[in-house]
Amino acid sequence: MPHTEALVTLNGELLMKKRTFLLTGVAAAAIASAAFADGHEPLKVGFIFVGPVGDGGWTYEHNQGRLAVEEHFGDKVETVFQENVPEGADAERAMTQMALQGADLIFTTSFGYMDPTIAVAEKFPNVKFEHATGYKRADNVSTYSARFYEGRAIQGHIAGKMTKTNKVGYIASFPIPEVIRGINSAYLHASKVNPDVEFSVVWAYTWFDPAKEADAAKALIENGADVILQHTDSTAPQAAAADAGSVITFGQASDMAEYAPLPRVSSIIDNWAPYYIQRVQAVMDGTWESVDTWDGIGPGMVGIGEITDAVPADVKAEAEALRDAIAAGEYHPFTGPINKQDGTVWLPDGEVADDGTLAGMNFYIEGMNGEIPN
Amino acid sequence: MDLSINPILLVASLMVASTPILLAAIGEMVVEKAGVLNLGVEGMMIVGAICGFAIAVETGSPAIGFLAAAIGGAALSMLFGFLTQYLLTNQVATGLALTLFGLGLSSLMGQSYVGIKPPSTPKLDIPLLGDIPVLGPMIFSHDLMVYVSLAIIVAVWAFLKYTRGGLILRAVGESHDAAHALGYNVIFVRLSAIAFGGACAGLGGAYLSLVRVPQWTEGMTAGSGWIALAIVVFASWRAGRVLLGAYLFGGITVLQLNLQAAGVAIPVELLSMSPYLITILVLVIISSDRNRAALNAPASLGRAFHASH
Repeated sequence: MPHTEALVTLNGELLMKKRTFLLTGVAAAAIASAAFADGHEPLKVGFIFVGPVGDGGWTYEHNQGRLAVEEHFGDKVETVFQENVPEGADAERAMTQMALQGADLIFTTSFGYMDPTIAVAEKFPNVKFEHATGYKRADNVSTYSARFYEGRAIQGHIAGKMTKTNKVGYIASFPIPEVIRGINSAYLHASKVNPDVEFSVVWAYTWFDPAKEADAAKALIENGADVILQHTDSTAPQAAAADAGSVITFGQASDMAEYAPLPRVSSIIDNWAPYYIQRVQAVMDGTWESVDTWDGIGPGMVGIGEITDAVPADVKAEAEALRDAIAAGEYHPFTGPINKQDGTVWLPDGEVADDGTLAGMNFYIEGMNGEIPN
Repeated sequence: MDLSINPILLVASLMVASTPILLAAIGEMVVEKAGVLNLGVEGMMIVGAICGFAIAVETGSPAIGFLAAAIGGAALSMLFGFLTQYLLTNQVATGLALTLFGLGLSSLMGQSYVGIKPPSTPKLDIPLLGDIPVLGPMIFSHDLMVYVSLAIIVAVWAFLKYTRGGLILRAVGESHDAAHALGYNVIFVRLSAIAFGGACAGLGGAYLSLVRVPQWTEGMTAGSGWIALAIVVFASWRAGRVLLGAYLFGGITVLQLNLQAAGVAIPVELLSMSPYLITILVLVIISSDRNRAALNAPASLGRAFHASH
């Protein structure tokens, strides 16, 4: 930390002495400006989060990525973040504020930030944006996502093998391609090993609401599901399943190991740290350009949490073989023959789904019950 | 598609799902009856959630946890009480600040409690009543807090309607100047009401973290404090209707999730918005008679009191 006593300008209006405000939020601005006076300005990296960093799931892992950036670059970077930013108009305000505060690179970490990110990026052409799980790009907007559906294939396999009631409950958040892909992948691999399996999907219309997620899990369990898959961010469904007993779950976005070995028998872990470090480095080097990154188990963006001993050894071995085949690129979870829900052919025998179709997936595959809400 | 919703389980989970907002709403109703608008319900709930959770984990007793939650919620509400009653700050702004403060404070307090399982709150095994077919498992097989919340509703109703204290509280809410002129201590009455509201909100929060979810997660109230505030208006400041409103809202929330889980062919969008839709609808119907609805709101609601003589 620099020891100069600097006069800093906040929003171009207030002049403050650094020493006076060292312990307040203003200290961040003071340190940044003081360092600038020393001639090595840290790169300012911003993060917009949809939930709290302590959600134990999605936002938690993005925040781990942020911390990894701080640790890797030390005082060459300064990170800022805002939690619980609603998807919509308020997100635009949060991003604008971050850009005005001098952020050089902003990661917006939820699907619903897509249009706000594009809108704010237009106003700040010199700020780089990285939007997670979306599909709209611009000269200063990259997109990145992980192939969670690869992990869903493994979950589906274990679910199909382990369900006794042949009913699998799925807590879905919003009807967007990422979520639908996960449902299809899980169902496909569950029905491959268990043709009698049925999926009931509950749309919670939220990413984070522990009480509602717990209620949804309870409703599914009361309706006979003995496997719960979730695409929401909190660990509440795990707690509900633990309460009900003899129900298995999978950690979502984060390992959720505190619920192992039962009900949590495995998990999908999002590992954003290497990507975040790589992109921050690119901005520092001046080599940053708009790209679309979509990595899976192979490159390590999707991790499969330890499969616990609650899973029979043979099922565990199969699941691990499936994981390794996907990682090695030998097997694609969406390999034909696969029909759409209405019975029409989607992928003929042996054909593999292309990324374009996957990115915009808006249909169930054959065998799924119910309709996707609009 | 079989319609296999079990009505017994449905009513049982309805009661559990409604209890947090029921507790928070009845507390806020008393506060508003005393003429104070405390928008900090969400903040007090979440502080109650972590206080209750932490103490229950440390002592191993959910009962002590609930007690701590009530104390925590009341303590936070006293901050609001001090600011609005003695320093005469704006109630709306102070209430909103209380919510933000509560959310921040709770995540700070909860740092070391993420991922911990709380001691389970035992379900009461009521002899005779619990053995009644259908009704037994539906209504008489819950944990103590469900009945405490119902008892609070009855107690508040009786207190406001039949006791002298209730009359004074209502007088303070209707016209603080008149109450003051009669020699009642307006500030004391209001502070007591605010503390009661805080304690109830704290209990509601702890019910979330100890029974309904049960775990501690940052921001876990996820807006239920605001629902509680809406239910007070919905109930037009009557205890019985608070119960109705909370159970209606909680009931529809649970019902729509159950309908989805059972695969009923109703558009999901409609199901998901139904709790809010029906709340709005009932609000419209209740307030259709403008004069009566307005009459029910405490006349001094949200106005600062300063004894100048």
